[in-house]
Amino acid sequence: MADMELTGAEIVVRCLRDEGVRHIFGYPGGAVLNIYDEIYKQKDFQHILVRHEQAAVHAADAYARCTGQVGVALVTSGPGATNAVTGIATAYMDSIPMVVITGQVPTAAIGQDAFQEVDTVGITRPCVKHNFLVKDVKELASTIKKAFYIAATGRPGPVVVDVPKDVTQHKCAYAYPKSVTMRSYNPTSKGHAGQIKKAAQMLLEAKRPILYTGGGVVLGNAAEQVTELARLLGYPVTNTLMGLGGYPSPDPLFLGMLGMHGTIEANMAMQHCDVLLAVGARFDDRVVGNPKHFAKEAHRIIHIDVDPSSISKRVRVDVPIVGEVGQVLDEIIKLIKAGKEKPDQQALKAWWAQIELWRSQDCLKYDRSAPVIKPQFVVEKLYEVTGGDAYVTSDVGQHQMWAAQYYKFAKPRRWINSGGLGTMGFGLPAAMGVQKAHPDAVVACITGEGSIQMNIQELSTCKEFNLPLKIILLNNGYLGMVRQWQEFFYEERYAESYMTSLPDFVKLAEAYGHVGMTIEKPEDVEPALREAFGKYKDRLVFLNFLTDPRENVFPMIPAGKGLSEMILV
Amino acid sequence: MRHIISLLMENESGALSRVSGLFSARGYNIESLTVAPTEDATLSRMTIVTRGSDDVIEQITKQLNKLIDIVKVQDLTDGSHIERELMLVKVRASGEMREELKRMADIFRGHILDVSDKTYTIELTGPGTKLDAFLAAIDPAAILETVRTGASGIGRGDRIMKI
Repeated sequence: MADMELTGAEIVVRCLRDEGVRHIFGYPGGAVLNIYDEIYKQKDFQHILVRHEQAAVHAADAYARCTGQVGVALVTSGPGATNAVTGIATAYMDSIPMVVITGQVPTAAIGQDAFQEVDTVGITRPCVKHNFLVKDVKELASTIKKAFYIAATGRPGPVVVDVPKDVTQHKCAYAYPKSVTMRSYNPTSKGHAGQIKKAAQMLLEAKRPILYTGGGVVLGNAAEQVTELARLLGYPVTNTLMGLGGYPSPDPLFLGMLGMHGTIEANMAMQHCDVLLAVGARFDDRVVGNPKHFAKEAHRIIHIDVDPSSISKRVRVDVPIVGEVGQVLDEIIKLIKAGKEKPDQQALKAWWAQIELWRSQDCLKYDRSAPVIKPQFVVEKLYEVTGGDAYVTSDVGQHQMWAAQYYKFAKPRRWINSGGLGTMGFGLPAAMGVQKAHPDAVVACITGEGSIQMNIQELSTCKEFNLPLKIILLNNGYLGMVRQWQEFFYEERYAESYMTSLPDFVKLAEAYGHVGMTIEKPEDVEPALREAFGKYKDRLVFLNFLTDPRENVFPMIPAGKGLSEMILV
Repeated sequence: MRHIISLLMENESGALSRVSGLFSARGYNIESLTVAPTEDATLSRMTIVTRGSDDVIEQITKQLNKLIDIVKVQDLTDGSHIERELMLVKVRASGEMREELKRMADIFRGHILDVSDKTYTIELTGPGTKLDAFLAAIDPAAILETVRTGASGIGRGDRIMKI
């Protein structure tokens, strides 16, 4: 039997294979050399070598976001793990299923301040769904199985598995568990039938209804159900930043994104509705602003979420339903279809008339005749040129908001951004993850000159793996969102928000072996995009759009204010 | 309001830090926390005394339930329950105080565990309020050292927390 035993390193690789993993993102180092040696010998999955561990984790994260599968990253101990932390926290805030395997110093060296030692379990504890330190090779396979199970079920999230180097050398018999049962972890999947009935009834009685749906709809694969329910009832829908694509944006029932940079119609409808159906959304501060000012009119809230702790956290709700959003919505739809009752059409008509009035203010208008490139215009043109069907990743800042406002996402899992943590540097590695998952898809990364420089080294990874991304840099020479807040709230004292000595991005792109372009005039925007997505469709193209440095994101609700206190153009 | 929360969790290294980390990260307060393995060595039982509005306590129980290592959470304050705390007090016991402290220990049904010519070490158990009352009843100048365990709690009657 002894020759049937595998080393810990072999077990890690076999587990990944048996879990059906096809791509992992990582960076080698001392503590994981045994694992890398086994990766070298296998062909079941491909390892994508990044240039910084943070990028590995973002790429694995985006891989999960765009496919629904668990993303996998592998990093070494110490700095490998600490570099991964930002990526892990990013995934945690957005509830992304991911397994991060970190190397650790040998068990005997733990606690000795060994070379490249860090308490990875301790450091990552507040930003993971769960983490493990594997001290015995016999527990390795079952721990990895648990990690995938925990990451993917319930409210998803990242799980870290910390593996000491000696554990990767020790041997034991290998069997990958087929299933997992844990007495301490049994996520609720089915909603309570009584509550579902109440919700259906409340929806039918609504006079001023709205559906407010978030990232949970995208993660829970419930976009179809949201669409069916909204159309069945003829009710308006708004999405959070994370929820975009959960309802087809070009549809007339769609009011746009809500929140700090949401549309007037979405925010006002939230504020004045009488029945609010919240699905996979968590009423966070960027969405409802100050909860004290939120929806002052006497309204009733139904909240469907797989995570009980998201319910009644910031806003009290009347009908809480814990369960997988798709399953709960299916039940609600079934009940409504089976019953005879229909919504009050007259009330609904009046409600839509009010919404159209808000919508007629056209809050996303901007100056289309300006002689400089307006960033919004670039996103609109990107939407046109890609037929609205691209995967769009973004970094964090003004460009992120413009991407969310002007690229009308029609399908879920197409909009990949760091909503919760707001991680600058996310966009480029995320685009790599998406392109690896969908080699033939059109992938664009909308970014700013601040954000792109936070993981610019990944242009090298893109070259190595021939990832034909299109980088849409909205270059206004400022840390734009910081500048905007300084203009509004700090009497235009632009402290450290202007970057001089930006690199020549065209030369930079070329130095990495890619195509670079600088676009300075509005009339050149579309031709440049067409060239990038046409002639250069198989190349990475870095499009440096020099945009209006003083443009701001509107509408805007200042932090801590209520939803109706919007600043408009 | 003061709440006493009981939980059963996997007896694994790091489980305690997940709980204490949760409280500090989310700004919940911990008045006391006790933990030890149960008759089933794979499980630990923890008692946490905390304070907060109903909303905060609801979040605390939900967030605790969300921790993967936690098997069961019960807010003992929701029903009738018993809570006990143990205190060891070292007091200066000399001269006429010596007799007085012995009497006080008896009144509070304490036990004197250790005696030296100048000190007594008294063991007291009871609800926290009783321990407070003892400390208030004796001369503060006599108190040399105190150590308290924090409350352990259990439901009354048929109210059982087990898996």
